[in-house]
This record gives sequence, C-alpha cells and structure tokens, in this order.
Amino acid sequence: MFLINCPFCGERDQSEFSSGGEAHIVRPKQPTELSDDEWAEYLFMRKNIKGIQFERWNHAHGCRKWFNVVRDTSNDKILSVYKMGEKPPVNYK
Amino acid sequence: MKNKYSVFSLIKNALSQHENWQQAWGNPEPKKEYEAIIVGGGGHGLATAYYLAKKHNLKNIAVLEKGWIGGGNTGRNTTIIRSNYLWDASAGLYDHALKIWENLSQELNYNVMFSQRGVMNLAHNLQDVRDLKRRTHANRLNGIDAVWLNTEEVKKFCPIINTSPNIRYPVLGGTLQRRAGTARHDAVAWGYARGASEMGVDIIQNCEVKGIKRNGDRVEGLETTKGFIKTNKIGVVAAGHSSVIANMAGLKLPLESKPLQALVSEPVKPIIDTVVMSNAVHAYVSQSDKGELVIGAGTDSYVSYTQRGSHNIVEETLKAILELYPIFSRMKMLRQWGGIVDICPDASPIISKTNIKGLYFNCGWGTGGFKATPGSGDLFAHTIANDEPHKLNAAFNLNRFISGDLVDEHGAAAVAH
Repeated sequence: MFLINCPFCGERDQSEFSSGGEAHIVRPKQPTELSDDEWAEYLFMRKNIKGIQFERWNHAHGCRKWFNVVRDTSNDKILSVYKMGEKPPVNYK
Repeated sequence: MKNKYSVFSLIKNALSQHENWQQAWGNPEPKKEYEAIIVGGGGHGLATAYYLAKKHNLKNIAVLEKGWIGGGNTGRNTTIIRSNYLWDASAGLYDHALKIWENLSQELNYNVMFSQRGVMNLAHNLQDVRDLKRRTHANRLNGIDAVWLNTEEVKKFCPIINTSPNIRYPVLGGTLQRRAGTARHDAVAWGYARGASEMGVDIIQNCEVKGIKRNGDRVEGLETTKGFIKTNKIGVVAAGHSSVIANMAGLKLPLESKPLQALVSEPVKPIIDTVVMSNAVHAYVSQSDKGELVIGAGTDSYVSYTQRGSHNIVEETLKAILELYPIFSRMKMLRQWGGIVDICPDASPIISKTNIKGLYFNCGWGTGGFKATPGSGDLFAHTIANDEPHKLNAAFNLNRFISGDLVDEHGAAAVAH
C-alpha cells in the first residue's frame, strides 16, 4: 500500500493503478526466428528482484496511461517515475 | 526414539509441571561439509530433509534457515489442505500429499492436528457451476472424492451461509471434498524438525545463505552468515525468496513474489465446522481450534518482499465475507499479516533439477503450498537423492516453460489467488 506519482495526474493511491511487471523487456523483433529458449526467456523468466526494480504501471482507474517506476521491492519505496520511451535513470543501476 | 510422546509421557511430565521435557530438536553449529543441504527451514524444507534421511539413507544433511524454522509462509498460511485439482498431474501431486497427511501424526509421533472437516468451494455464476462440475468429474476419474452440492445442500452443510438469491453473487451450488480439511501449521514444521533432528539432520537456524559457489556447471558449496559450507547437493526451498537464491547461482526463474494476506478474528464459540472457499468473490474462511475465524485474502498485483499487503485487498475480502455470512457483521478482527508467495505463470509448482549439477529447486507454490507439504518433501527428496524426478513430480519441471507443456491450474482448479 503506497502512493504513486502518476506523471500525468499526480499522486494517487496505488489501488488506482495496475502493475505491469518488470519493465524494459524488449519485444522480439523477429518472432519467427526465436528459439524455444528465447521465447521462455521473453514470456516467463523474470528478475523478480528483492531491492531496486524497474517496472511498468498503468493508471487503470485514472488517465489509463502507462509509465515506468523505479521501486525498492524490499520496502515499497518509490525512487523515481519516468514516462514510456524515456531512458531509465542511471543512478539506480 | 529417545522421547516418545504418549499419554504416559504427558502424565509423567504433568507431575513435574512440564519442566522436564527434552528439547525437540538440536541447535548445532554447521559442520564443514554435508552430503546435501536444504536451503529453507519451512515445512517443505524440513519435510525434504526428513524424507532424505528416512527413505534415502542420507546421513549427513543440513537445513539452513535464515530466521527460525516455520517462521515464513509455513506459519503464515490459512492451513487449508485439499487435493481437488483439475489436471491429472496436479491431482497426482496433491493427493499424494493428502494420503501422507492422513497418517502423518502417527508417523511423526507428533500431533499435527489434521482435521478432515471438508472443504467446500462455492459457485456464484453459471460459468462457476460448469467449471466446478467439470472439476468434480475430473477429480472422481482420478480417484479423488468430490461431490456437487446444489444451493439447498450447501445451506444444509453450512447453515450460516447466506443463500438468498438476492445477494450480489448468489450461491448457485458448490463442490465438497470431505477428505480435505486443515492442520496445525506450526506443528507440521516442528514435527518434521523433531523427526529429522532425531535421524541426525542438522537444523541450523539464523543462518542466511549469501552465495552459491559454482565450479563450471556444478555446485561446490554455500557462502552463509556462518561461513562457507561445502556440499555437492543443494535443495532450495525458499518460497518467496527463491529468485533471490537463484540469482546467486546466475539462474532466472519464472516467478514473481507477491504479498498474500490473511487475518484472524477474535475467538468465538464454534460456528463454522468446515472450510468454505469462494473463488469468484475471493473469500475463504474456517475456524481455528482456538475459535478464531481464519480468513484468507488475495495477493497484491505487484512484486514486493515486504510481508505486508494492501488494505484494499483485505477490504474486498471482508466485504465478500460479510455478504456471504451476515452473522459475522460484528466480529472484530484481531490480527492481519502477509507472506511472500512465489507465483508461477501457470500457478503450478516447480520441483525440479536445474541445468546446474547438484542444484535443485522446489518453489512456485504460490498461494497454496501448505497443503502439499508432506508430498512436496517426499518427492523433492526423491528428486535430490536420485538426481531424477519421481513420476509424480516429473511434470513439474523447470523445462516446461521452454517446451510449453504447462500445468495450467489458474482459474481451472478453484485455486484461490
């Protein structure tokens, strides 16, 4: 339970948002060329980090726009919010 | 057995004010080397060590636990035990566990308070009715007891349920597995710990794994907060923290760890003598032997390791509980907590070898691992000892996420998630 600062609407309760999971998983450019291992990696394998994680959120009960969040999953503190297409902040690598 | 529990030992110890009971399990310092090390001292991990010692004659085993045994999800779940899963592979797995539960107290000489009070799953719409009826047929073909109850029979079996057709999600019927029920979760961990300890298993608490030492494609040992421990076989049973351990070996797992909540009410006189689950409105309830209502809520939608959950999840569950059981409207809730559950994309567990020799994973139990504790331990022990899965856990390998041969129990098997 925490607040998320939507880049379009401002700070709202987390229950207004839906989690889109890990961010920056690149959709395969040539799906027909992919091996089973690569499909598994893309579809199922997740970093599932305890600590600082880059993730996607959707303001489902608000503007319905997608954006990225940097969050510490060990204490749910949000460290940064940035829009889709923007480069992830480098100081959290 | 040096200290067999019986009515006589109870009387004898009562005469000395229960001050002379022996320690139930040892508290050793880690040795330099073990034949096999189990990472995670919850029910599944302790059961794995117990069966490795008992059935596979391994003499030199350790269980490493970063906190205290049974302090993770084993002590945080709502203790429901059932085996009415849809698919053959799941039915085989969970009924194997249920059959062990039926004699577990005798086997361990430890009362795990297994109570076959039945588990009822409610249907609230036409699709629920079709799905649940289909599941009872599938269960019976697999030799698992299951019956369909219509609304009147549901009311008769559990009279406090509101079966009015005018509620938002009316009860259209339900399934009942009579062999299902509950057990005392702490006792399961303690019983296995005592049994394992007696066969020489070292249970090492307050010992956190910090790294996995690899030599090429095989494991050589573990870096821990109590120093380096050498071993050729590592069985990881770390529930919500499985991905963290996997990461130490350079592995990625198909898991997401999320908080799952439960809560208990103040204790009251016996009011509900069974377990009632409702998938559609996400509410399930039973009553503990102390008299508390034990209520299971849902998972949060996001990855988190905080062992607490969001208030809105609890609120949704309690709304559903109150509509189904108006009699509980003035109950006060006593405690609420969260556990971190590791969820697989197909809502089925992983009991598997990995591509690293000597490294085994038992994880992905998600929101419903407690019921499988004895079976999971038995099959994981088999997998570790023989370096091959048992036929009952062969389907639950890691490779299924590459081959696509998933055991898709999401929504299909009354999995409350």
